[in-house]
Amino acid sequence: MPAPRDDASFARQLERLEEIVRRLEGQELDLDDALKLFEEGVERLRQARDRLAAAEAKVKQVLTDQAGNLKVEDFDG
Amino acid sequence: MGPGLDLFAAVAPEGAWTVGEVTRRARAVVEAGLAPLWVRGEISGFKAWQSGHWYFTLRDKSAQIRCVMFQKDNRRLPAGPRDGMQVFVFARPTVWEEKGEFRLTVLDLLSTEAGGLWQLAFEKAKKALARDGLLDPARKRPLPPYPRRIAVVTSPDGAALRDIIAVTARRWPIAELLVIPTRVQGEGAEVEICAALALLCRLEGLDVAIIGRGGGSREDLWTFNHERVARAVAALPIPVVSAVGHETDVTLCDLVADLRAPTPSAAAEAATPDRGDVATELAHLGARLARGLAARSGRIAERLDRTLDRMAAAMERRLERDRHAVGAAGGRLDALSPLKILERGYALARDAEGQVLKRVAQLTPGLAFRLRVTDGEVAARVGKS
Repeated sequence: MPAPRDDASFARQLERLEEIVRRLEGQELDLDDALKLFEEGVERLRQARDRLAAAEAKVKQVLTDQAGNLKVEDFDG
Repeated sequence: MGPGLDLFAAVAPEGAWTVGEVTRRARAVVEAGLAPLWVRGEISGFKAWQSGHWYFTLRDKSAQIRCVMFQKDNRRLPAGPRDGMQVFVFARPTVWEEKGEFRLTVLDLLSTEAGGLWQLAFEKAKKALARDGLLDPARKRPLPPYPRRIAVVTSPDGAALRDIIAVTARRWPIAELLVIPTRVQGEGAEVEICAALALLCRLEGLDVAIIGRGGGSREDLWTFNHERVARAVAALPIPVVSAVGHETDVTLCDLVADLRAPTPSAAAEAATPDRGDVATELAHLGARLARGLAARSGRIAERLDRTLDRMAAAMERRLERDRHAVGAAGGRLDALSPLKILERGYALARDAEGQVLKRVAQLTPGLAFRLRVTDGEVAARVGKS
C-alpha cells in the first residue's frame, strides 16, 4: 500500500486554523486560553507555510502483480 | 453431392438429390457468383440474440433479404440499428442451409441517418443512466479544496497525463498523483478502464479522481460512452472530474462525473487549488490571528479597567453608606445623651463631689449643691424648711 495519509492533512490544518481565528475573534475567552490558541495558531500557520514551500509533486503509478496485489511505483512518464 | 455427383442421374426420380445436397450446392453457387458487396435498404425485424448475433431483414419497396451480423463483426458497433433505419451493409450473400434461405452475412453496417448508430447508442445508454438516477445533478459531490492524493485514470503515454502532471506540479505540488494506466481507445478499452476504476476503488486515502484523455475521433472517444464505463465512474467512492476529448465532445462519462472539465489540463486545475492563492489565504489567517489576539487582550484590559472602576465605585458607595450609618448612629447616641434630656427642661443635681443627688434624703436642709441645666451650671442650696 502507498504511504499512510498524514494525520494532519492540509485541509484539516486549515480548518483548525480557521476555527482558532474564529474563536479568537469571538467573545468568550479568557486571556490564558486566548494565548494558548494564538500559540497553536502560529504553529499551525508555520507548518502549513512550510508544507506549501517545500512541496514537490510526486507522481506514482498503480499496477497489480500477477496475484492481483497492488503495486505502487514511481512514475517516470 | 460432391465430385461424383451425376447431374444426368438427377433428371430421374431415382437420382434425386437430398435437401442437404441441393442447399449446399446453391450456397456454393451463390458464394462463388456474388463477391461481398455493399447493399442499401431499410432495417426491419431487428433482433439481437443472447449469443450477441444480430438478425434482421433488409428491404426496399420490391424485395427483402434476411441478414445476420455475427457478434465478432457487430461488436465494433456502438449499438444495433433501429427498425425503419436506412442503412448500408457490406455483406457476403450466402444460403443458410438449415432453412434453405438466401441471406446476407453482414460484415459492416453504416447508418445513413445523422449521428447514426453512435447517436442511437448514446441516447439509449443515456436514457438507462437517467432512469437509474445517475444523471441527477443532486448526485454531484463538491471537490475537496485541498486534495492530498489524486488518482488519474488515463493512458500512461498520452498528452492528457503530461498536461495533468504539469498543471498539478505548478498549482498544487502538495498533492500526490497516482496514475492508474489504462488503454483509452480501441477494442476492449472499456473493459480495461473498468478494471482501472476497480483498482482505484482499492486505493486508500484518495481525495479526488481525474479520468480522461485528449481529443480524438468519435470512434476513439467512444470508450467513454460505454454504459458500463459510465456506471463504473458513477459508482466511484470519491468525487471525480471527467475530461474526455475537447470542449465540444460530451461523453456519458462526462455526464455522470461530479464535474466535467473541457480538457485534461482544466480537469487538473479544477481538482487543485493554486499554491499562491493558498499562501495568500494563509497570510490572511495569520493577520486575523494576530488581530484576534490583540483584540482579545485589548478586551481583557478593558474589562480589567472596568472591573477596577466598578470596585472603586463599590468602595465609594460602601463608604458613603458607612458615613450615613455613622451619622445615624451619632443621632441615636445624641438622643441618649443626658444633655439632650436637660434640653427638654430637666435638671441634674450633684453635690460638691459630683455625686448625683437623686433622693430627698440626700438633699438635707441648707445643703449646697450644683444644678446642671441645659446651658450651664448654677450654685444652689436647699432651703431651710
